[in-house]
Amino acid sequence: MTSAVTTRAAQRDALSHWANKHRRWLFALPAMTFIVCLIAFPVVWTAWLSLTDASGSVRAESTFVGLKNYGDILTDTHRFWPAVGRTISFTVVVLFFEMLFGLGIALLLWRPFRGEKWVRIAILMPLVATPVAVGMMWRLIFDPSIGPVNRLLVAVGIPAQPWLAGEFTALPTTMFMDIWQWTPMVTLILLAGLTSLSDEPQEAARVDGASGWQTLRWITLPMLRPTLIVALLLRGIDALKTFDILIAAKGKGGGSFNEVETLNLYAYGLSFDYNEYALSSTVLILFFVIIVTCIFLLTRKREESAS
Amino acid sequence: MSMVSRRAVLAAAGGLVAAATVGCSANTGGGDSGGSTTVKVTMANHVWTENVKKAIPEFEKASGLKIEITQLAEDQLSDQYNVKLNAGTSEIDVMMYRPLQEGRLFAQNKYFADLTSKAKADATWNLADFQAAPIAATTYQGKVVGVPIITEREVLYYRKDLLQKAGLSVPKTLDELQAAAKAIKAANPDVAGFVARTSKSPAVTQFSSFLYSMGGDWVDASGKAAVNSDAAKKAYAFYGGLIKNYGPANVSTDMSWPEAMAIFTQGKAAFYTEADSLYKNATDPAKSKVADTVGFAVFPAGPAGSKPYNIPSWALGINDASKNQANAWKFILWATSKEQTLAQQKGGIPGARTSVWADADGTSSYPKDLAEAIAASTKGGVDHDRPIVAQVVKAREAVGQPIVDSIKGSDVTASVETAVKAFQAVLDTEKK
Repeated sequence: MTSAVTTRAAQRDALSHWANKHRRWLFALPAMTFIVCLIAFPVVWTAWLSLTDASGSVRAESTFVGLKNYGDILTDTHRFWPAVGRTISFTVVVLFFEMLFGLGIALLLWRPFRGEKWVRIAILMPLVATPVAVGMMWRLIFDPSIGPVNRLLVAVGIPAQPWLAGEFTALPTTMFMDIWQWTPMVTLILLAGLTSLSDEPQEAARVDGASGWQTLRWITLPMLRPTLIVALLLRGIDALKTFDILIAAKGKGGGSFNEVETLNLYAYGLSFDYNEYALSSTVLILFFVIIVTCIFLLTRKREESAS
Repeated sequence: MSMVSRRAVLAAAGGLVAAATVGCSANTGGGDSGGSTTVKVTMANHVWTENVKKAIPEFEKASGLKIEITQLAEDQLSDQYNVKLNAGTSEIDVMMYRPLQEGRLFAQNKYFADLTSKAKADATWNLADFQAAPIAATTYQGKVVGVPIITEREVLYYRKDLLQKAGLSVPKTLDELQAAAKAIKAANPDVAGFVARTSKSPAVTQFSSFLYSMGGDWVDASGKAAVNSDAAKKAYAFYGGLIKNYGPANVSTDMSWPEAMAIFTQGKAAFYTEADSLYKNATDPAKSKVADTVGFAVFPAGPAGSKPYNIPSWALGINDASKNQANAWKFILWATSKEQTLAQQKGGIPGARTSVWADADGTSSYPKDLAEAIAASTKGGVDHDRPIVAQVVKAREAVGQPIVDSIKGSDVTASVETAVKAFQAVLDTEKK
């Protein structure tokens, strides 16, 4: 009798001892399972869809066609490759200016000054607005006929510009909208990085007679490099996937001439307008590969700079 | 130490289980197969929706049902339907859809419940009272799948004051329209002579009246793509030319009706061809700067006469996967009844019931010239304003490309050849 009781007690103790030892994994297990299911399943299903000819209705029958969709998409110079070009040019330009202005503003906000709290709030305002609202707001502001921007320009004698309406000015205008909204985020990240830097190297440089620019170029920026790469990574991935301001500004398909159609918009149009689920999945898998490559390259650079 | 951690593990496990059950119970809300008293209706942003929302409280009191409304803009509504109906959701009971845009595709994909027996059962409601063409658009393979609620025709909106100032009379032909637009633009430098939809896909429906009035159509008698016919080329060149030469400066090629209407109601254009069901946006002083000087005229005649479209733009249907079809039908019975249709007609929405059109009281609140224009358009109207296919979006983009090319000033001849090939490709992949 006592041996049975002690065996059960011993088993209970052994179980709780095991659970205690592996509590890290036990507590994380539900969240990890959830994430794996939520990420792994859609990616695998998308990859599977891209190998079929699914279209029309999700519940309709589809047949396996192998890599035919990839061939069709990769040889499509009418929609796919221009979309890739627009995605890359949009991301590069937007990242360049956001990093530049973000760094500038962060350096200005670095040292304490009077009224800095209000300045900080004012600078962070664009970030708080929803991208769709931002897109619609700028669409109205930039309207060629009834928008304030053109009325202002005409009042000072400059001819009215097409802005979002022009075939070649639409994408740059949306770049401006994105820079306006997301520079504050880069500012925040870089400011956090700047405040975490130790003062000593910079003081030493000042004592040695280095100018402000030299201190920035040779001391501050190299120390800030990991943060710069984090900001580049975070903002870059989002910029590649920009969707809401483009759709709000130009509507479906990125405008009648696909002026602002990036890969994300193209995949959305394939799926929701044409019901071509297989082609859309193909574009998404290719897009996924592009993004993962960018992340991989950037992360490797970060590890190089950290080591 | 081991006792503390054992308690911690048990407490955490208990907390997880509790959280999981709360999460699960939150998901299984309604959805009992007995048919709940809450009817879920999805509607589009439209004056019809505003009117019906005002009348719903009295319906809820009378029937004991509760109506849960989801209201979205057209494009978002289409996307919602695409996602939800595709997934076979039971979250939608009644849906407001566009028979000519989504009707055929949805019917082919079996998203609609068959309403034939329900529709024929009620003699007071009277299925035969609905006009022939709208009911034909909501019938698929002999089965009634929807009830039309809004019909529209294309009319000419114009500014009475600008016309008077220029000493012109209301244009009756397309050539007169062009001349008037030219004259008014010359006399008023910052007012455009003419404005209309310019976005590739949305402009197709408003351009269709130009196409028909020039003597063309999307397909010829044998069903082959005909957008490269001489009449079509003339129509594309005419529409694009009007906007390019006498339209707003720096005109954007992504204007749908909200943007084009905004230009007109801000007083920046003299003529505007658009659907008549949107007229309240121009005559409501809260929405329009020129509300008191807007006139309406029948669509100007081209070489083939005045041939605007006359179509059912919206209809109500029941989701086949809905678990609440009996109550959903009760809502539709009420919302499309003679009384409600008359109330809607008085509220500015042209409906699809013959008896309501026969009642002069229905159009009493309309501007007089609008009522006359509608009456004239109903007679000779064409029953489609876009290609009649299931893949409407692709077809619209194909036949809409020459419109934007023409607005940009490119060569129409080359553009229509591309368009006819693209459109024929869509026709070839249509399920029979």
